[in-house]
Amino acid sequence: MSKILKVQNLSKTYRSGEHDLNVLNNVSFDVDKGQSFAIVGPSGSGKTTLLGLCAGLDTTDEGEIWLCNENLMGLDEDGRALLRNQNVGFVFQDFQLLPTLTALENVIVPLELRGVKNAYEQGRELLEKVGLLNRAGHYPSQLSGGEQQRVALARAFSNKPSILFADEPTGNLDDDTGTRIEELLFELNKEQGTALVIVTHDLELAKKTDKSIRLRSGKIEETVG
Amino acid sequence: MGKNNAGFLWLLKMAWRDGKASYGKLLLFVFSITLGVAAVVSVHSFSRLLKENIALQSKSLLGADYVIESDKPVNDKVQGIMDSLGGSDAKEINFLSMAAFPGNNGTKLMEVRGVEGGFPFYGDLETDPSSAKNSYLDNGALVDATTMLQLNLKTGDSIKLGAVTLPIAGALENVPGSTSVFGAIAPPVLIPFQFIENTGLVQTGSRIEYKYYFRADEGQDMALLSEKVEPVLDAEEADLDTHLSEARRLGRRYENFGKFLNLVGFIALLLGCVGIASGMGIYVQMKIKSIAVLKCLGASKKQSYLIFFVQIACMGIIGGLLGTLIGYGLQQLFPVLLGDLIPVEVEITLSLQSIVLGLSLGLAMSVLFALYPLMKTLYVSPLQALRVVQETQTRSIRATALVGLGIILFVFGFSYWLLDDLLRSLFFVGGLLVVFLILTAVARFFMALLKRFFPYSWGFVPRQSLKNLFRPQNQTLVLVLSIGIGTFLISTLYFTKDMLLEKAAIEDSANSANMILMDIQSKQMEAVSNTIEASGLPIIDKIPIVTMRVETLNGRHVEDIRKDTTSQVGRWILNHEFRVTYRDSLIGSEKVLEGEWVNNFNSEGDIPISVSSDFANMAKVNIGDPVSFNVQGRIMNTAVQSIREVDWSRLQPNFSVVFPAGVLENAPQFGVMTLRTPDDDTSATLQQTLVRDYPNVSILDLKRILSLLEDILAKIGWIINFMAFFSIFVGVAVLMGAIYSSKHQRVKQGALLRTLGAKTSQILKMIAIEYTVLGFLGAFMGVVLAVLGSTLLAWMLFETTFVPSAIPFIVILPAITFLVFALGVGNSIGIVRNSPLSVLKKEKE
Repeated sequence: MSKILKVQNLSKTYRSGEHDLNVLNNVSFDVDKGQSFAIVGPSGSGKTTLLGLCAGLDTTDEGEIWLCNENLMGLDEDGRALLRNQNVGFVFQDFQLLPTLTALENVIVPLELRGVKNAYEQGRELLEKVGLLNRAGHYPSQLSGGEQQRVALARAFSNKPSILFADEPTGNLDDDTGTRIEELLFELNKEQGTALVIVTHDLELAKKTDKSIRLRSGKIEETVG
Repeated sequence: MGKNNAGFLWLLKMAWRDGKASYGKLLLFVFSITLGVAAVVSVHSFSRLLKENIALQSKSLLGADYVIESDKPVNDKVQGIMDSLGGSDAKEINFLSMAAFPGNNGTKLMEVRGVEGGFPFYGDLETDPSSAKNSYLDNGALVDATTMLQLNLKTGDSIKLGAVTLPIAGALENVPGSTSVFGAIAPPVLIPFQFIENTGLVQTGSRIEYKYYFRADEGQDMALLSEKVEPVLDAEEADLDTHLSEARRLGRRYENFGKFLNLVGFIALLLGCVGIASGMGIYVQMKIKSIAVLKCLGASKKQSYLIFFVQIACMGIIGGLLGTLIGYGLQQLFPVLLGDLIPVEVEITLSLQSIVLGLSLGLAMSVLFALYPLMKTLYVSPLQALRVVQETQTRSIRATALVGLGIILFVFGFSYWLLDDLLRSLFFVGGLLVVFLILTAVARFFMALLKRFFPYSWGFVPRQSLKNLFRPQNQTLVLVLSIGIGTFLISTLYFTKDMLLEKAAIEDSANSANMILMDIQSKQMEAVSNTIEASGLPIIDKIPIVTMRVETLNGRHVEDIRKDTTSQVGRWILNHEFRVTYRDSLIGSEKVLEGEWVNNFNSEGDIPISVSSDFANMAKVNIGDPVSFNVQGRIMNTAVQSIREVDWSRLQPNFSVVFPAGVLENAPQFGVMTLRTPDDDTSATLQQTLVRDYPNVSILDLKRILSLLEDILAKIGWIINFMAFFSIFVGVAVLMGAIYSSKHQRVKQGALLRTLGAKTSQILKMIAIEYTVLGFLGAFMGVVLAVLGSTLLAWMLFETTFVPSAIPFIVILPAITFLVFALGVGNSIGIVRNSPLSVLKKEKE
């Protein structure tokens, strides 16, 4: 099975005041196409940093990341942005919908960036899929947390990504809503064959994935699956 | 890797989607630009329309196509030229004289105009009744309508001019060739030409102007006529004025004032732009998460930058367009504010040029000033979408310098376009930079000082207020800048007006004159003195005057100099009939700059004279240079012995050329007397006696001239203040923008403080203290800078000592501080209106 994400000997250090903070230390793993993958670990273990680096949101200090067969080290910021637009979807813990855009407009941003002609039509289909077509014209501030996350899911899947990064996707939701979002996430993952990389505290959620790693103090403590 | 497929249309869509949700904030930015553009467009457009209307109505202003004028009866050569031009179509003799109105014992200094023929050929002789414009030619006078109202005269009353008494045929409402400013001092009276001789007022010492009006042939080239005839007329001490040269002369008179007002308007626009820059900084800060998300979704740096760039450009265009429309409306007010200071009726129109100016100014200024804060979007990391990231990349120094340079170049370029003078534009931009830098430095220094010596022992409320002045995203710099510049402008204009009036004011002492009697024949001197002294009034000065013309300069005859096209000597020196006095001492308005003052001269050789610095500059003469004068046929050889600086702005007789005592005593001469009258009644009685007994003597009532000057300055002051207040309006817009932009942060802070137990009144007090301190600091710095600027103006331009009036300190400073306080508190009420729970819940969502 071919790899969609390959991380080799990854290290990252941040400067915090006078001190260097070693956030990730010699981390290596890979994710297959269509596979679901969880990164778990306590707060401050480096999960979110690892997710950001894998998605090309920041640069590495040491090691290599291959995303969709592209070495991220070889790309500049705009190059990484284009790679994300063509291959990557995002779901954030705090939804991160653009507050000045309606639900539908949020969903179609990735499509419009790709120059898709019938973006509005596709956007409506996606909103229908997540059960929010009737809220298409609403702004994020007019939606509940669960509804916002469903719009975020629709946006994440709108460009039919090869890989989807989700940072604590149910962290800000109550149990019932969180469960519905999880179901939707896996459903879309299966339906579109998208690889899923989830950062979570929730071990139950991690168990539902094909493979997972546990981080502690920037190092992989355990690999499951 | 290439780039994504989203094109310009997508950028427009995103700019629109984001903009429509933030329209409140964007509207405030538009408002700042709108006011600034309105100020510039209104002044610029009105100046242009005034110039155009003067050009269009130039024939009506002159009353003819061209006029030949001279201050003495024309000689055969000039007559020959006039004959070759087909002979004049009308002629006029005019001079200043006292007019008496026997019916009510009134007297008034008037401009007597004896006219004949069909004058005016263009424009209207407007009279009441309208039939009077023809009937007066038989046997009557047309008297200035305002004078008739002031003196309660009516048609049929008599007017006495010298030895002639005429019935008033009607009120003169408008006549070509009489300006309203001069007309306020000596209003016109028109009488038939044939009566002039009989008045007996045309005699030695009278300042008489002879005018010959011409109608041009169809298609006659005025420029060519000037080129051919003017040098010949110059040599004969006559002058040609065409309607085109008249239009140019009048146009120039209003141009400088227009340029000044344009700069005031431009400063208002610059202020608006400072507001845009600051507001945009906060706006971008609020959008950082959105920018990070867009980058996560694949938008490039350029795309995320351009979304906001498009927004600001659209705001600039909208602001420019609205500003142009408001500017068009404002123009309608100018004729009302300026009243009769403008010589023609101006038809207000909206031109394509004004629209282009407004749009391009709005666009260019808003974009230029937003470039720097917009650069921040380039450095937003997409990682910000996941977590708070410390900003590591700073704006590139090169890009920052380029933006700064672009702003300075644009401001300089626009000032140069307005002023058409390199040095003045440099001074303007330099001065503006200095004021900006000083205000910036003061604001920063104040914040640093506050941090360094923070009064920790103070109570909770004042401590929180002062902290707000240097917290992140504080408004201290932008508010001190905008309030400071607005106050600086208003205070400087106030001080300048004060200085102008101070210079012109009559000193209120027993030794300073408030009345000048002119054109007194030498044989009348004693009798006039007796009349004045019999009234119990002291004569302050008796000044003898001898008229003469320059004959040679440094041994060269004026005729030679006229022919020499390379000569730098001013025409005024060569053609003017100088009124020269002689005395043995300097007077208060003079001081010797070079050489030595000579009191008396009784020996042989060149007479040592004193000339004013203006005379020396224009005649190109220095100490020791020979100058000969033609004193009514007799040549007198003199040498420049001293050069004086003369303060011409003082309302008293001043002279370009002064002879020492002992030389001109026996020359044909006339006199001027200065005296002081204690009150208006004494002044009126004396004037009636003098006009009755000595009709050729003209009387200048300096108190009246001063009050006219005050009127004129008040009118000019009105429009200047009007423009300066625009800066304050823009300042208010900037202030509201700043308050609005930081409202979100304040609402949250207020809710948290209330949750922790702060009372609503405490929060309002915090806001009140903060804005009062900001208002006071900005306004105080503005007044202080105005004092410094006015001191420089007094020293370099007005050459006087400047003693600042207290008004800006006791009126402008508290008023502006209160305005800032009221706006700050008024706009912050919303902060305490919502419950803390609703604010925090919303924040959580």
